[in-house]
Amino acid sequence: MTEPTDVDNESVVTSRRHFLRESGALMGGAVLGGLASSEVLGATAAENPVNLPPNVPEWMKTPGDPMGSQLYGTPSPFEKGVIKNIPKNLTQYISASGRTPLQDLDGIITPNGLFYERHHGGVPTIDPAQHRLMLHGLVDKPMIFTMDDIRRFPSESRIHFLECSGNPVYTKPYGKTASDLVGLLSCAEWTGVSLKLVLQEAGLQPGAKWVVAEGADAAAMTRSIPIEKCLEDAMLVYSQNGERLRPQQGYPLRLLLPGFEGNMNVKWLRRLRVAAEPTYSREETSKYTDLMPNGTAREFTFYMEAKSIITRPSGGQKLNAPGFHEISGIAWSGHGKIRRVDVSVDDGKSWQEAQLQEPVLTRALTRFRLPWHWDGKPAVIQSRAIDETGYVQPTLAELLGVRGDNHFYHNNAIWPWRIADSGEVTNANA
Amino acid sequence: MRTRELHFAVLAVGALVCATPARAQSPYGIGRPATPAEIAGWNIDIDRYGDNLPPGSGSVSHGHEVFDQQCVACHGAKGEGGVGDRLVGGQGTLATEKPVRTVGSYWPYAPTLFDYIRRAMPQNAPQSLSNDDVYAVSAYILNLNGLLPAEATIDAKALSAIKMPNRDMFVGDPRPDVKNPECMSGCKEK
Repeated sequence: MTEPTDVDNESVVTSRRHFLRESGALMGGAVLGGLASSEVLGATAAENPVNLPPNVPEWMKTPGDPMGSQLYGTPSPFEKGVIKNIPKNLTQYISASGRTPLQDLDGIITPNGLFYERHHGGVPTIDPAQHRLMLHGLVDKPMIFTMDDIRRFPSESRIHFLECSGNPVYTKPYGKTASDLVGLLSCAEWTGVSLKLVLQEAGLQPGAKWVVAEGADAAAMTRSIPIEKCLEDAMLVYSQNGERLRPQQGYPLRLLLPGFEGNMNVKWLRRLRVAAEPTYSREETSKYTDLMPNGTAREFTFYMEAKSIITRPSGGQKLNAPGFHEISGIAWSGHGKIRRVDVSVDDGKSWQEAQLQEPVLTRALTRFRLPWHWDGKPAVIQSRAIDETGYVQPTLAELLGVRGDNHFYHNNAIWPWRIADSGEVTNANA
Repeated sequence: MRTRELHFAVLAVGALVCATPARAQSPYGIGRPATPAEIAGWNIDIDRYGDNLPPGSGSVSHGHEVFDQQCVACHGAKGEGGVGDRLVGGQGTLATEKPVRTVGSYWPYAPTLFDYIRRAMPQNAPQSLSNDDVYAVSAYILNLNGLLPAEATIDAKALSAIKMPNRDMFVGDPRPDVKNPECMSGCKEK
């Protein structure tokens, strides 16, 4: 309990580099060349002149794989290094987390196979035909729904981010890559039913102030959600990016609370109890609470505040040469839309407004970009998000000054990257 | 007169309907009623006052036996922690540079101990302990933290009556609590 286990700060490593070494022998030099090209920005991949102009490449001289060679498609073998970032040497992997390789992704949608994971009792295998959602407590009619029932309700689809509250930690050692730092973050298009509709089906009684959600996992994960959130934009979700939820994301049914800390978005959802008070579960008393330097602890800290990070160039990558390099990153806020993202390329002395890629959606990742000419000299680059409430993403020093370094959760600090004259990019706070 | 009475009756019915709008027919007619037995089987929530704690009881000494069999592999022989969380000690450390958060130093409510152990522990076989065993192991962990005498036996009432040392140290969410001055140029600090 002294060391909360949401994230494992000592063994967060860049699995990608490790993988590169290991996969080299397995897949051959051509694969290595392809992978390296996405790590070294602006570099030319290991070249085989046989496939380059003026020659006709070998893959044009013979038919490719036939239809049906992959019944569920997988990425190109040249992208095999883009995988989840799983901390090594954890003491156990039943209650643990795995990260999205943010620095290897474009746009705002996280592929389902790379969506971050946090489990408190492992990933259950649930037969949807045997799954039930029970709704009881302060309702007129306690009810049980099958998955077929849930899918009969009017459906809706929305794009929202999901982020673990312990993303990242406040104390050193800080991670080397964007994934190490804030990889407990992903974004998807979610499809399901508005929780409000399901609650209305049972009929809320006077005094209904909270809904206690429980998962059907081995942790019977339990969190209490204010009724206002349940009636605002909470969803019961069964699909993610067009396909049914992955087991790691709560198959067959999960709660989605846009903008609220990840653990409250209860996966494998099996029970909703409408109540007058929170249940004060272990997760909302001794676990996901925030210790202050004076010994008090904040509880029910639901919202994920505005945040951003440059993903390209970012830690672990390398600028091959001076010249044009687009700076690109992601910004998000649990309180609504991103209004602006500022980028500094001079170690925070001055800031300029980045371009925001449409669509800019509420409680979703927003992609930002800034054209940049690197002069080849050492530089520190960083981004700063401002959301529609006017809230400005703080520096790590500003956060630590108020919360101290035993706070653990809800670190939304600006994270600067240092670019050496060699072009290598590292964590400037490390 | 009769018209007036009728009018009153209509008003009264109208008021009744307005007072309980939620009791209207389910809008979609989806799902089926949950029976009290089904709810009782699934509802294992115990709140901070101990409401919904089941019948049964357990002693510190029996809890010691259960702990030795079920818990020490992860939490250590005396609850000092290991693969699992540290459960014991740390009282008086929360405001220091190295806070030790345990059941004894940090948890605000004793009934939560029963709730969590029953629903999630032991990690390799959750919901496998009897209610008596859960009471007992809860009692033992409280005893290790100096919150229950060695000869104690607890039931729903006794567990609910225990005041945890850190109960009054939780506060609400004051955020936004950190302000960035939003400097655009000539900024001195990083």
